[in-house]
Amino acid sequence: MKSTNNKIISAKHINFFYKEFHALKDINLEISSQSVTAFIGPSGCGKSTFLRLFNRMNDLIHGTRIEGLCLVEGENIYAKGVDTDRLRKKVGMVFQKPNPFPKTIFENVAYGLRVNGMGDKQFISQRVETSLRSAALWEEVKDKLHKSAYALSGGQQQRLCIARALAVEPSILLMDEPASALDPISTARIEELIVRLKQNYTILIVTHNMQQASRISDQTGFFMMGELVEFGSTKQIFTAPEREQTYNYISGHFG
Amino acid sequence: MLAKRCNKLRERIVERIFSVSGAITTIAIVLIVVFLFREGFGLFGSSTIENGYSLFVNAKNDISSLSPTDTKRIFDGEITDWRDVGGKAGEIKVFRFDEIFNLYSEDAFGDNYALLPDKLAEVIDNNPTIIAFLPDKYAPKPSSVVKRLTDRRITAADFVLGTQWLPTATPSPLYGMLPLILGTLLVSLFAVILALPLGLGVAVYLSELSDNRIRRIMKPAVELLAGIPSVVYGFFGLAVLVPLVQRTFALPVGETAFSAGIVLAIMALPTIISVAEDALRSISPAMREASLALGATKWQTIYRVVIPCAKSGLLAAIVLGIGRAVGETMAVLMVSGNAAVMPHSLFESVRTIPATIAAELGEAPSDGTHYQALFMLGCILFIFTSIVSIAAEIITKKHHTSKEL
Ligand SMILES: Nc1ncnc2c1ncn2[C@@H]1O[C@H](COP(=O)(O)OP(=O)(O)OP(=O)(O)O)[C@@H](O)[C@H]1O
Ligand SMILES: [Mg+2]
Repeated sequence: MKSTNNKIISAKHINFFYKEFHALKDINLEISSQSVTAFIGPSGCGKSTFLRLFNRMNDLIHGTRIEGLCLVEGENIYAKGVDTDRLRKKVGMVFQKPNPFPKTIFENVAYGLRVNGMGDKQFISQRVETSLRSAALWEEVKDKLHKSAYALSGGQQQRLCIARALAVEPSILLMDEPASALDPISTARIEELIVRLKQNYTILIVTHNMQQASRISDQTGFFMMGELVEFGSTKQIFTAPEREQTYNYISGHFG
Repeated sequence: MLAKRCNKLRERIVERIFSVSGAITTIAIVLIVVFLFREGFGLFGSSTIENGYSLFVNAKNDISSLSPTDTKRIFDGEITDWRDVGGKAGEIKVFRFDEIFNLYSEDAFGDNYALLPDKLAEVIDNNPTIIAFLPDKYAPKPSSVVKRLTDRRITAADFVLGTQWLPTATPSPLYGMLPLILGTLLVSLFAVILALPLGLGVAVYLSELSDNRIRRIMKPAVELLAGIPSVVYGFFGLAVLVPLVQRTFALPVGETAFSAGIVLAIMALPTIISVAEDALRSISPAMREASLALGATKWQTIYRVVIPCAKSGLLAAIVLGIGRAVGETMAVLMVSGNAAVMPHSLFESVRTIPATIAAELGEAPSDGTHYQALFMLGCILFIFTSIVSIAAEIITKKHHTSKEL
């Protein structure tokens, strides 16, 4: 009983369908707070689908269906009457492709606050600054806060999107291949950032980069064809995988 | 090697074809505009008196020219005393050319009407308060007894500020286009006020809120509506709307600016909906997801992200809608009542610029001032629509620079 209490996320017998297509098959796992969990696996195995369960992003897709129990902070997020807007404030998301709004840098970060009814100017600009600092972007943009976000480089845009997600102070951060479109330097900065953010956030990250997963994560989950083949501490997965499929995938014999 | 050469050549040819057709189109459009304005501007500087005619008075009369409006009112019998147009008191005697044949018998004019000018001069001499409207061909030479009123030229002010559109009045047609401008503005403004909120609302509904099934039926239906010829809308207006308006508001006639505005709004709606919906749809789902993932509600996402992102497309929808409303001819011709009078309310008959052009161009002789006046109306219409699109352009630009999008 006590052990489930510090599990911020738990999934029990999750099955997920796109119309007839069975995309996730009987997934079970638990994640404790203030950790980084990486999900790896071949393309199309259901990593993004799994990640998007926790902020109910899959709801936007017509004809999807979920079975099983999905708990965030002990609450069944698919129960009737759950406020998805509130859930999404608690569970932030960073997407694969940087997707800043066509607004200024400042307004991008302030957006989440504004839609939550925050009107206090002082508070907003304070929060914008701390978020940009947390995302390690402040020094680069502090003089051009009121320039368009599109004037930033791809890596800067992605850090802006992270800052934007941090501004609403979520407890969980879902990151779907956040560095896949970036150069090695930007990637390294984002990895540093993730490690630092771990102190305050629970992070779930999808990545195709094995080194990245082994560098930054505490646990790793390996998906294949909609199944969670293996889930355990990163060290164990990368050094002594229990399943042959995992071993093959990690060592590059497969996919 | 040869294949590669051929390919290159083909690309070059295709490129040429595109640039040539682009150039031809541009030139054609420019020529049309130039033609329009050249024909239209011929109006200014034309005489206010009907072509080939002049006005004559007795030489003792101190009036030496008359404004088109005064001329018209004199010949309509509304002004009967020279005092009213700034002359010496004396009852005006209006004399039209035909009346000469009542005063003299046919043979008094001699061979080939050679003596006709002299006889006309005689009449003018005998009547000190006369004003005679005579063809130049038989007009008497100005002399100690006969004075020809100097032509006034039609000015831009006559045209733009004149409140009477009477292009076929003799001897002095009036081309005051103010009632037409106001009629056009009234009808289109009303139509736009009706159509814009409705059209944008439906577009938002279709692209953001309705489920796919409804959208799949509605979108083609709306696009189909945009293709219906305007006569059909006019017919619908005439058969259904006009009687309804007349009964509902207990009006003497149902053909009013109100009816025309509604028909126009209905016509502009499909264009607005279709273009606006496309604009909203084209916004990448990533934008919506980004907003929703931050805990924004659907509505917040729509008005804070989707609509601002689609702004230029939405403006295009608005401009096209207004353009359709301002330029539409047939339907308005059918339901507006076509009275070229200064409009005072929505519930009066009005006449719009395009309807006027359509109705009158066929009857206007191509060398006359009427014809030129119609072209001038075309120019005004062109300027109207240009202003709308330039304004839209400026608004988007301004938004872009102020927020540095
Ligand atoms: N909107 C959708 N409708 C139907 N099927 C979908 C949809 N999105 C994903 N799928 C299917 O679900 C499966 C899992 O997709 P998902 O995007 O989760 O894969 P992934 O592991 O994230 O792959 P990648 O590494 O390429 O991003 C795939 O087989 C995909 O075809
Ligand atoms: Mg994915």
